[in-house]
Amino acid sequence: MDVGLLAQYVMNGLMLGMMYTLVAVGFTLFFGVLDIIKFSHGDVLTVGAFTALATYIGLRSAGVSSTPLLLLAMLVVAILAMAALGMLIARYLVMPLRSAPALNTLLITLMLGTVLRELVRLFYPQGANPKPFPALLPTASINLGQFNLRLDNALMLAAGGLAIVGLQLLLNRTKLGLAIRAVAQDEETARTMGVNFTAVVLITFAIGSALAAYAGIMNGLYYNEINFGMGLYLGVIGFAAAIIGGLGSIYGAILGGFLFAALQTIGTVALPFASAYKDVFAFTVVIALIAWRPTGLIQEKISERV
Amino acid sequence: MSRIARLSIIFASALFVGAPVATAQAKDKVKVGFIGPLTGGVSANGLGGRNSADLAVKLRNAHAKTKYEYELVVLDDECKPNVAVQVATKMAADKEIVAAATHYCSATAIATVDVYHKFGFPIIVWGAVLPDITYRAKYAEVHRVNGTMINQNDANAELISKIGFKNVAVIHDTTDYGKGHNEYFSKAFAKLGGKIVGTFGVTADQQDFTAELTQIKALNPEVIYFGGLTPIGVRIRSQMDKLGIKAVFDGTSGIVSDAFIQGLGPLAEGSLAFREGAPTEKLPGGKFFMENYAAQKYDNPPEAYGAFSFAAMDLILDSIEKVGPDRKKVIQELANVKERDSIVGKVTFDDHGQNTVAVITKYVVQDGKFVEWDDSEYATGKRKLPGQK
Repeated sequence: MDVGLLAQYVMNGLMLGMMYTLVAVGFTLFFGVLDIIKFSHGDVLTVGAFTALATYIGLRSAGVSSTPLLLLAMLVVAILAMAALGMLIARYLVMPLRSAPALNTLLITLMLGTVLRELVRLFYPQGANPKPFPALLPTASINLGQFNLRLDNALMLAAGGLAIVGLQLLLNRTKLGLAIRAVAQDEETARTMGVNFTAVVLITFAIGSALAAYAGIMNGLYYNEINFGMGLYLGVIGFAAAIIGGLGSIYGAILGGFLFAALQTIGTVALPFASAYKDVFAFTVVIALIAWRPTGLIQEKISERV
Repeated sequence: MSRIARLSIIFASALFVGAPVATAQAKDKVKVGFIGPLTGGVSANGLGGRNSADLAVKLRNAHAKTKYEYELVVLDDECKPNVAVQVATKMAADKEIVAAATHYCSATAIATVDVYHKFGFPIIVWGAVLPDITYRAKYAEVHRVNGTMINQNDANAELISKIGFKNVAVIHDTTDYGKGHNEYFSKAFAKLGGKIVGTFGVTADQQDFTAELTQIKALNPEVIYFGGLTPIGVRIRSQMDKLGIKAVFDGTSGIVSDAFIQGLGPLAEGSLAFREGAPTEKLPGGKFFMENYAAQKYDNPPEAYGAFSFAAMDLILDSIEKVGPDRKKVIQELANVKERDSIVGKVTFDDHGQNTVAVITKYVVQDGKFVEWDDSEYATGKRKLPGQK
């Protein structure tokens, strides 16, 4: 195969993997602190992307035309709004169900996801249609044979990487991170050590949801199009990625996200059958992996199933 | 006052009070149905169709001479075959509903024809273009006012080979709709000596097409033919740009909607599309339709197939007016539709219930509008498609 073409496939796969990873990390964070699956995560991403778009349109009509300023405002508004939404979800839907079976949380967040999705469709003006998302990053590109390297893609990849490194530092180098890890390991003990459990849970949900908003904006900038259903598919894939990597492990989510993107790309490019089957291929491999390593490729350091 | 006088006063006043009630009751209520995708990615078309059918019913009810008072029952098929079968069964099983204008999506229309046949429920398809809907079986209940995808793909292949394009890559969604488009287009194009360099099936809700498009980039076609609907059409066109693919984007009737242009902005420029029938504003009743539609102040535009939905509903109402609210009689009446005037032109149903219109309109997007190819600056050579000589 042509080297340029190969590079293009790798680049496509990396971009895709970065978005899956950002979603998967959220799943893994929520599972880490509360042992719950929050299925509305993908739809929080959608709401984040639409919030950013609305901010953009609002600022443009108010006369702001500086691109960096617009981008910054979109990021700040969407991330803060989604962090707040995440905290609300945690406080009023997830925490009250602490003593109920985990299945209830799964169900209630699944339904919340549908509500969020339908709200966007019904209340965003013409929300049922795909919406153009502005291209705010420099679009300069270098052509190396068949490889078209775009500056905006490179920037997004770097920004995604920074977000993940930042999260990793936060978890491992700060007091807050220590508290989150403590709660994840053993809630009771963490409480007796003076960790404010409620605050830690709320902050974790805020961080996870902020990452979803970040991924939503990235998705919009990359495809220049967002729609009300985008979060559903990303949610399913992010969830699958978190599971194959090992729920509860950040590295697992990263591995899972990029692995899934690689599988999809290989499914399209290297296999003899029609590209329509790429998801069939990717999910089949996921099923096989889960059958082989039921707790994921990278296991939690302390297994709960003693 | 004598007893008789008193009685007659009571009688007279009863008549007086009863009179307006009596005229309002003189018309029986008759229910007719509409099914289309009211939610989901193609809901813009579904809502336009719903409004257009609603308009037909409102105009009819406003007419003093109508025999019945019509009520429109609307159901949502979500463009999903499984949902469509449920709602079609629900509607067909309701004996009060006499007939219906149904389906924009081919995948839902083909899934439901057996249901309509089983219940003896007369329907007129208002937007779906898969030939099999009318031609797979010979069901007296099933009719269609719009044309099929065979005609539009013939026209499509003809135009692009006339422009001089020889190599085409095909992307189609893997529903019956997309597969049908792929089949008829590939056949028609091969007949004219063109070459299909690659065919890619994609799912109808896919987000990322970079892997397929990178492969296509290596094949270097002049044209990318797309058999599918607006939402993924928008994604594919914008991702073509990201990968630096300069080929012409050649769509079908599935992308003829305002949402396509809205979703892409300037990138939509130069996209091709084809549709049965003439553009709404050029239809015999187009002006009448657009004026009345605007007067109702609906939230959504009628979109490309609104006029067909109006015509389908109007045909149903005509038939009920003539033979009464009886499904069997309505089916018999619809079988006799020949050279009937409608806002989409003359309608003639063949023995499969298919309207035999063969007029295909060729479109190109120019300055943010679907312009008829023959009226466009691309046809005159003033503007050029990528690779056009």
